[in-house]
Amino acid sequence: MAMKRSYLGEFEEIVLLTVAVMEGQAYGVALTHEIIEQTGRSVRLNQIHAALQRLEDKGMVKSEMGEPTAERGGRRKRLFTVTAYGRRTLQEIQDVRVNLWTRMPDPFNPAISL
Amino acid sequence: MNPPRLADRLLKLVCAPHRLEEVQGDLHEEFAWQVERIGERRARWRYWRDVLGFIKPFAMKRESVTGSFNNYPTPTNTVMLRNYLKIAFRNLVKNKAYSVINIGGLAVGMAVAMLIGLWLWDELSYDKYHKNYDNIAQVWSGGTDPQTSKIGGSVSLQFPMGAILRTKYKHYFKHVLMAWWVSGYTLKVGDKNFQKTGEFIEADAPEMLSLNMLKGSYSSLSDMHSIILSKSTAEAIFGTDDPINKSLKIDNRIDVKVTGVYQDIPKNARFGEVQFFSPWPLWVASNEWIKQCENEWNNRSFNIYVQLQPTVTMATADAGIKDFHYKNLPSSFLKEMQKYKPFVQLVPMSTWHLYSEFVDGKPAAGRITFVWLFGIIGVFVLLLACINFMNLSTARSEKRAKEVGIRKAIGSIKWQLVNQFMSESFLVVVLAFILSVILVVTSLSWFNELADKDMSLPFTNPVFWLISLVFITLTGFLAGLYPAFYLSSFQPVKVLKGTIRLGRFAALPRKILVVVQFTVSVVLVIGTIIVYQQIQHARNRPIGYNREGLINLSMNDPNYKGKHELLKSELVNTGMVTDVAFSSNPLTAVWSNSGGYDWRGKDPEKDSDFAVCEVTHDFGKTVGWQFIDGRDFSKAFSTDSSGLIINETAAKYMHLKEPVGEFVKGDDKVSTWKIIGVIKDLVMQSPYEPVKQTFFFLDKNYSQSSQLTIKINPTVSAAAAIPQIENVIKKIVPSASFDYKFVDEQYAAKFSAEERIGKLASVFAVLAILISCLGLFGLASFVAEQRTKEIGVRKVLGATVTNLWGLLSKDFVFLVIISCLIAVPIAWYFMNQWLLKYDYHTDIEWWIFAAAGIGALIITLLTVSFQAIKAALMNPITSLRSE
Repeated sequence: MAMKRSYLGEFEEIVLLTVAVMEGQAYGVALTHEIIEQTGRSVRLNQIHAALQRLEDKGMVKSEMGEPTAERGGRRKRLFTVTAYGRRTLQEIQDVRVNLWTRMPDPFNPAISL
Repeated sequence: MNPPRLADRLLKLVCAPHRLEEVQGDLHEEFAWQVERIGERRARWRYWRDVLGFIKPFAMKRESVTGSFNNYPTPTNTVMLRNYLKIAFRNLVKNKAYSVINIGGLAVGMAVAMLIGLWLWDELSYDKYHKNYDNIAQVWSGGTDPQTSKIGGSVSLQFPMGAILRTKYKHYFKHVLMAWWVSGYTLKVGDKNFQKTGEFIEADAPEMLSLNMLKGSYSSLSDMHSIILSKSTAEAIFGTDDPINKSLKIDNRIDVKVTGVYQDIPKNARFGEVQFFSPWPLWVASNEWIKQCENEWNNRSFNIYVQLQPTVTMATADAGIKDFHYKNLPSSFLKEMQKYKPFVQLVPMSTWHLYSEFVDGKPAAGRITFVWLFGIIGVFVLLLACINFMNLSTARSEKRAKEVGIRKAIGSIKWQLVNQFMSESFLVVVLAFILSVILVVTSLSWFNELADKDMSLPFTNPVFWLISLVFITLTGFLAGLYPAFYLSSFQPVKVLKGTIRLGRFAALPRKILVVVQFTVSVVLVIGTIIVYQQIQHARNRPIGYNREGLINLSMNDPNYKGKHELLKSELVNTGMVTDVAFSSNPLTAVWSNSGGYDWRGKDPEKDSDFAVCEVTHDFGKTVGWQFIDGRDFSKAFSTDSSGLIINETAAKYMHLKEPVGEFVKGDDKVSTWKIIGVIKDLVMQSPYEPVKQTFFFLDKNYSQSSQLTIKINPTVSAAAAIPQIENVIKKIVPSASFDYKFVDEQYAAKFSAEERIGKLASVFAVLAILISCLGLFGLASFVAEQRTKEIGVRKVLGATVTNLWGLLSKDFVFLVIISCLIAVPIAWYFMNQWLLKYDYHTDIEWWIFAAAGIGALIITLLTVSFQAIKAALMNPITSLRSE
């Protein structure tokens, strides 16, 4: 690796992954709900906004304003998509993990053996 | 169904404008979703919580680069605010003299107010160190004098009261503690003596006073021969060694062992000067006469402190013990007492310090007078400073009418101008506040010494900051008010055209303020002069003896016994000493009062009450008392052992025309004394009060001698005599400590309270004058500047410098004369009230008012003349040329 990869926090990683999963439909509230559903954590809106802002500053997501809706009082949402750089970062993290898992001499036994 | 509007507004306030849309949209969408899920009420709560979550830097940060979403600048208001500050600073720097006067004057005023505030705080928190402050009281007993129907009494109580209060009135009192008076003792360790102040009190004292026991416990005084020391005393005596279980000797006769060490009680407490406590039973056992008082109702010498039961109020307990005498006194004694309508009451700890003087048997006056006095002075000095500040800023601001015009012409609205002038005035107030804190910090040690206090600025106390903040806001607001609202209402066209005329009455408020300022200053000056007059008056009072070269020594060591004659002859043999005398009390105090005497022609209805001193043969010669009639005690007459010398007041009190040769009977109806001499009054107690009728008895056997008075030979210096005297005493009574005092110093100490007040008042008066003059100086220079052209024209037309000086000074002199006229009656009224408190007081003389008035005029003229003459000397060409 020529350039040192940008550091991603664990929470940022989850947000970034979720943005990738939601493919162009990712915005504050939707992300919050999705993450609560998937991870079971109690996540608050301001945390998601803060994380998205940090990711955007790091260049891993980009955003554009979407369509206004009625329940938002006619306000537009900001829709996020993962940038190529973000994708690559996610991929690298995954590679490192897979690599480490495969090198584990004795992968944990399944919890239940029949 | 909308989310809370207030929360939305808050969000709008804090959230960066370029993020607001998406954030608010998300929040609203979330809200709608939550309403479905958990109902509206809880959703609203949640909305609030979510909005508060956005009060974070990430959401508040404004966009630095214009462009991407919108064109809002960084935080909306700061550009103009910064401009206001910049202009304010430029104005300050441009008019350096004004700025210094303005900021300096206000800072001095604030500093004085802060110092006075600290003093007040210290006074008001007296004794509050004790956790049971609200529940502690001292027992007081008194009655009504049938002759004068005045209510009097004291905290000196009979010994048996303690036990009765403890048993019969248990339901009121958690603790009932008998105590002796706080007084000085010698603590002896090995062969070293330490002079320490101590209190003998019952064992529950540490708990009642909530002492912070560093070593030992609340029960440390329960052992009979115990002593607990304050931390500083323990360190002074034992250094770094552990003091526990060390042995000490009190006054070289009472053996005690250290059982505890407590954190020093702060200075502002009744027991603040106490350096050790020892148990009351030990004091009783060590003094034969006290032991004999255990069932004695005739002797009132003891203190009783109580702490209430937690559920009992002060009023209940007070009412409950009112008729103590009627319920508990032996009937024979009660019969005698009944005509005095005796009663007992509780004096709560909260009144000990501030209300130490009793009026009609109730704690009513005392230090509280000075708390009010200084409080008022503080407010006034601060007011003076604020007035200055307002005066100068308004005077200056008229010069800025053009600036206002231009600002308005290029689009400023009124509120922006108001903001501008307000922020300027706040800037100056904040600068002055910082300066005043520096002033206070640097002058505090000096002030502590002056006021005999131990104070510091409470930087960690939020109340201090709160008060400061309120004060800054208030002053800034008041000072900025006039320029802000008056100037911002100018019509730009008129101002710029130059037709704005500030009418005759524009200066009226300023004139009124100057009058107020000088009135306060003149009152303070007159008050200070009168306080000093009173002190001087009392100092010059004839005291009836010659205090020069007299030293006094307390003989608090049992080994003096039987050595009096030897001591005397040895001392005289040194040649350093002319006379030596012994007495029952020092010259500067009366320790004993007695009644029940009878004499020929005494009104049988009238009670008799005399101060009583027991003296030895040479006492009169030593102190140099002066005879009006009769003669001194003499060894030549053996009958003098039943002789009696009375003072002038006593002769008057007894209505005896020819006192010498008359006989006085004691209350046992057996002992009789013959009056052999009448002396001029000796001032032994307060120099402000009339001298009490006094009997001087001869103490031939030195049985009552507790004080040694030595007259140093006038031909030698005290410095040479003292070491020799010490040698003699060390030789004859090796165990005694040589703790001598000069009688004139002891006498001077009686003036310390008044002197302290006088010094404080003069400091404040000087500062008040200084602040007023600063203001006047600023105003005068402003007026001179404003009238530059007028002066130029007058000069051209032939006015002399004297003419112009008179023209410019006249207005101010007029104002100061008005202030003097207002100040004189006010000062006279208050100072007269103050003086009436003293029986021996000076009269207010007219020259004091004249001096204060003329002084104020001279200072005014000096202040104003500097500016006036400067303006008058100006070359008219320079002042008229520019256009």
